[in-house]
Amino acid sequence: MRPVAFDYVAPTTVEEVVQALSDGGEDATVISGGQSLLPVLRMRMADPSLLVDLRRVDSLREIRDDGDNLVIGARATHRQVSTDPLVRQHAGLIAKTAGSIGDPQIRYRGTIGGSLAHADPAGDMGAAVLALNGSLELTGPRGSRTVAGGDFFVDYFTTAREPGEVVTAVRIPKHDGWGSHYEKFTVVVQAWAVVAVAAAVRVEGGQVAEARIGLTNMGTTPLRAAAAEQALVGVAAADTDALRAAAATAGEGTNPPDDPSGTPEYRRHLAGVLAGRAVVKAVEAVA
Amino acid sequence: MTTTADRPDTAEVGQSRLRKEDRRLLTGRTRWTDNLELPGMVHLALVRSPVANATITGIDTTEAAAAPGVVGVWTGEDLPEQGAMPIAWTVSDNLKVPSLMPLAVGTVKHVGDVVAVVAATSKDAADDAAGMVDVSYDELLVVMDPIAALEADSPLVHPELGTNVCATWGMDSVALGTGGDVEEAIRAAEADPDQVVIRRTLRQNRITPAFVEPRSIVVDPTAEQVTMWSATQVPHILRILLAMTQPVDEHELRVIAPDVGGGFGGKLQATREEALVLLIALRLQLPVKYTETRMESMQSAHHARDQVQRLTLAARKDGTITAFDVDLVADMGAYLGILTAGIPLLGGFMFNGIYKIPAYRFFCTDVFTNKVMTDAYRGAGKPEATFGIERMMDELAVELGLDPIEVRRRNWINPDEFPYATVAGLTYDSGNYDQATDRALELFDYDGLRAEQARRRESNDPVQLGIGVCTFVELSGLAPSRVLGSLNYGSGGWEHASIRMLPTGKVEVAAGTTPHGQGHATAFAQLVSDELGIPFEDITLISGDTATVPRGMDTYGSRSLVVGGMAIVGAARRVVEKARPLAAHLLEADPNDLEYDRGTFTVRGTDTSKTIPEIALAMWLAHDLPDGMEACLDSESTFDPENFSYPTGTHLAAVEVDTETGKVTLRDYVCVQDVGVLVNPMIVDGQVHGGLTQGIGQAMYEEIRYSEDGQLTSGSLADYLVPHAPDVPRYRTDTTVTHATTNTLGVKAVGETGTTAAPPAIVNGVLDALRPLGVTDITMPTTPLKVWSAIQAARSEKGGAS
Ligand SMILES: Cc1cc2nc3c(=O)[nH]c(=O)nc-3n(C[C@H](O)[C@H](O)[C@H](O)COP(=O)(O)OP(=O)(O)OC[C@H]3O[C@@H](n4cnc5c(N)ncnc54)[C@H](O)[C@@H]3O)c2cc1C
Repeated sequence: MRPVAFDYVAPTTVEEVVQALSDGGEDATVISGGQSLLPVLRMRMADPSLLVDLRRVDSLREIRDDGDNLVIGARATHRQVSTDPLVRQHAGLIAKTAGSIGDPQIRYRGTIGGSLAHADPAGDMGAAVLALNGSLELTGPRGSRTVAGGDFFVDYFTTAREPGEVVTAVRIPKHDGWGSHYEKFTVVVQAWAVVAVAAAVRVEGGQVAEARIGLTNMGTTPLRAAAAEQALVGVAAADTDALRAAAATAGEGTNPPDDPSGTPEYRRHLAGVLAGRAVVKAVEAVA
Repeated sequence: MTTTADRPDTAEVGQSRLRKEDRRLLTGRTRWTDNLELPGMVHLALVRSPVANATITGIDTTEAAAAPGVVGVWTGEDLPEQGAMPIAWTVSDNLKVPSLMPLAVGTVKHVGDVVAVVAATSKDAADDAAGMVDVSYDELLVVMDPIAALEADSPLVHPELGTNVCATWGMDSVALGTGGDVEEAIRAAEADPDQVVIRRTLRQNRITPAFVEPRSIVVDPTAEQVTMWSATQVPHILRILLAMTQPVDEHELRVIAPDVGGGFGGKLQATREEALVLLIALRLQLPVKYTETRMESMQSAHHARDQVQRLTLAARKDGTITAFDVDLVADMGAYLGILTAGIPLLGGFMFNGIYKIPAYRFFCTDVFTNKVMTDAYRGAGKPEATFGIERMMDELAVELGLDPIEVRRRNWINPDEFPYATVAGLTYDSGNYDQATDRALELFDYDGLRAEQARRRESNDPVQLGIGVCTFVELSGLAPSRVLGSLNYGSGGWEHASIRMLPTGKVEVAAGTTPHGQGHATAFAQLVSDELGIPFEDITLISGDTATVPRGMDTYGSRSLVVGGMAIVGAARRVVEKARPLAAHLLEADPNDLEYDRGTFTVRGTDTSKTIPEIALAMWLAHDLPDGMEACLDSESTFDPENFSYPTGTHLAAVEVDTETGKVTLRDYVCVQDVGVLVNPMIVDGQVHGGLTQGIGQAMYEEIRYSEDGQLTSGSLADYLVPHAPDVPRYRTDTTVTHATTNTLGVKAVGETGTTAAPPAIVNGVLDALRPLGVTDITMPTTPLKVWSAIQAARSEKGGAS
């Protein structure tokens, strides 16, 4: 079906976007890559009166080095993020994760800001941003603010974003020298993750010094596997069995969804297995 | 103008010609039904039932009728002229046929049943207004499982029929005179220490053909004939069925299947959507269009398979089979499509596979449930049967500790035993199972993989290797009309073709089989080129239109080449026979002194000759014809096969099972087919690749799921997973050739081989990998969750036992 009729504007600055959203009221909706919004509109599961398109706001496409952080514009496409030299150098996990989303067509259109704002617990990018302690920059009628990833994701398709606010960028602390891997488990190649694990490790003196593990589709929001992260510290980097054993608890205590691709029990088991695989590959990837 | 010099000097048959039709099909610059726009055309939107079983207590159309752009809104009560949808196969005397109206009257029986139709000046306006139609339902209890539907206290899908049993049908070797009594043979086996009896209950998952182009219909009632364009496989059959059931006569209706984007049996149907577009166009006297969404397709276009198979196989301990008993429960869904009730029966002729079985019985119970009707899908009954026998052959091998290839070899029909009269009453014309199997084993490196498998087992590798085997035969080339008659099928099985010789030396082939992706325009041109010596490029195909191709039985059951192709060859040979007297006249020779070779008549012993294009021109001019000769070279032919076509082959799958995650990966797939003489090897390969991918889909990924209360929970391609190119290996195919003896070309069918052979090959492979872990069965699709759960269950059972 075609969407219900709506008005459409495509401003060129963030200020105009915020203005348009506030003029449009409750039913005004941001459209970025449209890869999640358009299906919703076409199935008539939403009928916004106004779409505010970000496509002409050039500043939102920028990816820049901000000292200790990398700042990725919300409008950067998955394709751009996955191939950008800065992202690959300082936040390899984000680049790898972006490269795993959907298929090439989706990656050329879908954006990092759209993925995070959409907050589908099966979406890939949330776990990676959480794992790297990333945060989101938002601008609204009352100005700009920064929200930590852990605070941004609130519930199933729900974020801390206030009505009228737009995500402008994702801020990722640089993880130079870390190894990372995004282990995504799907039933067919081009499908959403049954479960996925984002892992980043820092190795010092042959041992894991720090580990970060993010989980996709293991709850109503992306999650961190804190216990497994702790268990990994001090494990010999060359001992793959020990790495796997330490990561195996990644699914514990989670409450993942129950659907034809996986029962909660299966998903918890998978999370442990995939975390092990992700950590081993992350260790191998350490520069 | 074509001259002798242009005559192709090598035979076209056997060449991998690139497909003539691909440029337009692959770029989409073609006439898909939904691309058609007619002046004044209105668009339909259908209001479908969101519940699976209910009495309609009220439909309020006032708001919809007043909405902008709306031309009309109708409910079942408003269309007294609508006729019940037809069925084309009265399988048995006890068949119960529920009434299926294009627009539901009073009740709905599955999610997706059509309760109202809105016509508007644009598709958007129609969709908007359809959302305003307010339907109230009084919900009734549903029955979703075919076995539960047979229980005495089950809710009835159609209370007026008094039962959920749609029909029963059986055959056995005693009645057929082809073998012994199954029950006796099984009793004897049970009492015999030298025999084994294996009983298994297998399941066929419910799947959907998932054609790329959704169904689409345009009807234009504004000319001498009412014209319907439909994305159908069966324009000719559709015309007859609509004329028989709806308020239009056959001579008043023209049906056109323009380019059609895949069907796989899913468009072998007369649908309520087609009837509705026709009915509304007749009402409004305006052109009308309806194109379904994918979601509508999933909840209204027929599904397939969905069977419970209770199988009993008896065999001697040396592996020779002594009896096979098949007891099926087949899920019809809520209504009957044109072939719904008969699809499982087709399997009855194939459960014996390629084997010599001395006693056989087949019994099928067709059952109604509150789901979408099932009907034909690539293979139609035969993949189900092949799955049953080929899974059982592996079970037998395991039971007896034999190699699965060896156990098959001990039972299959030997090359010197053809033609072979089977226990199911068919006669297989030709085949050589040893040759195909030996070639497949060699390509596959069977011994090497067995060695690797042993290593992985020994080392407890988390990734286990399984080898899946399927040796199959397929009943194709529908169909000898007499056989269809004996099965109470509602039509003949012949095919028709005509050849039109144009004065410029070019040729139009009008064929009664209509393509929806198979490459007819290419393969048929190759056939005609060899018969008439006309260059491949100078031959064009006309098909899919009841006005330009008046006779035809359309495309399904792998019949286009083995039946349709024979009609074409027959028509071409008639052209030659008609040309001969004129050639003789022009060459001033006796017709008996003429030699004919691919397009050229030569006076024996001379170099004076006339080509078919020269004769075509002379015929058209008609200036110098022998007295009494009719000035026409065009010819037609109708071919009715005497037997079916029996393609065979051996498929071998190497599957890796990740025991930690349950994920199954197809590492290698080898198949060697015997499809007789190859007209176009590339097209044969394409048919095999596509069929395999769909068969792999059924085995590993695809499943139509309903919730207990009848909601379709796999209603989009996000939930109904079909394999993508990276999910399947690079297939390794080869062919062996034994000539079919049932047609003069020696060709056999190929279209359905992949969907037939792949599912058992893969499931056998997965089980081969997992048996050492204690897993004894797994249902399709073999999803990671299911495989992992099966491993867990087997482990805990083992743990419990120790
Ligand atoms: C076939 C298919 C397969 C896919 N597979 C995957 C997959 O495997 N993994 C995966 O992670 N994703 C997948 N996706 C989703 C894809 O990643 C989308 O790109 C992403 O979910 C949304 O990004 P977008 O830019 O397209 O956002 P849009 O669709 O434009 O917007 C999505 C939502 O976010 C809001 N929004 C967008 N941008 C902003 C902003 N800057 N500020 C505030 N709100 C905003 C919109 O209002 C809307 O509600 C798939 C999509 C499709 C169609």
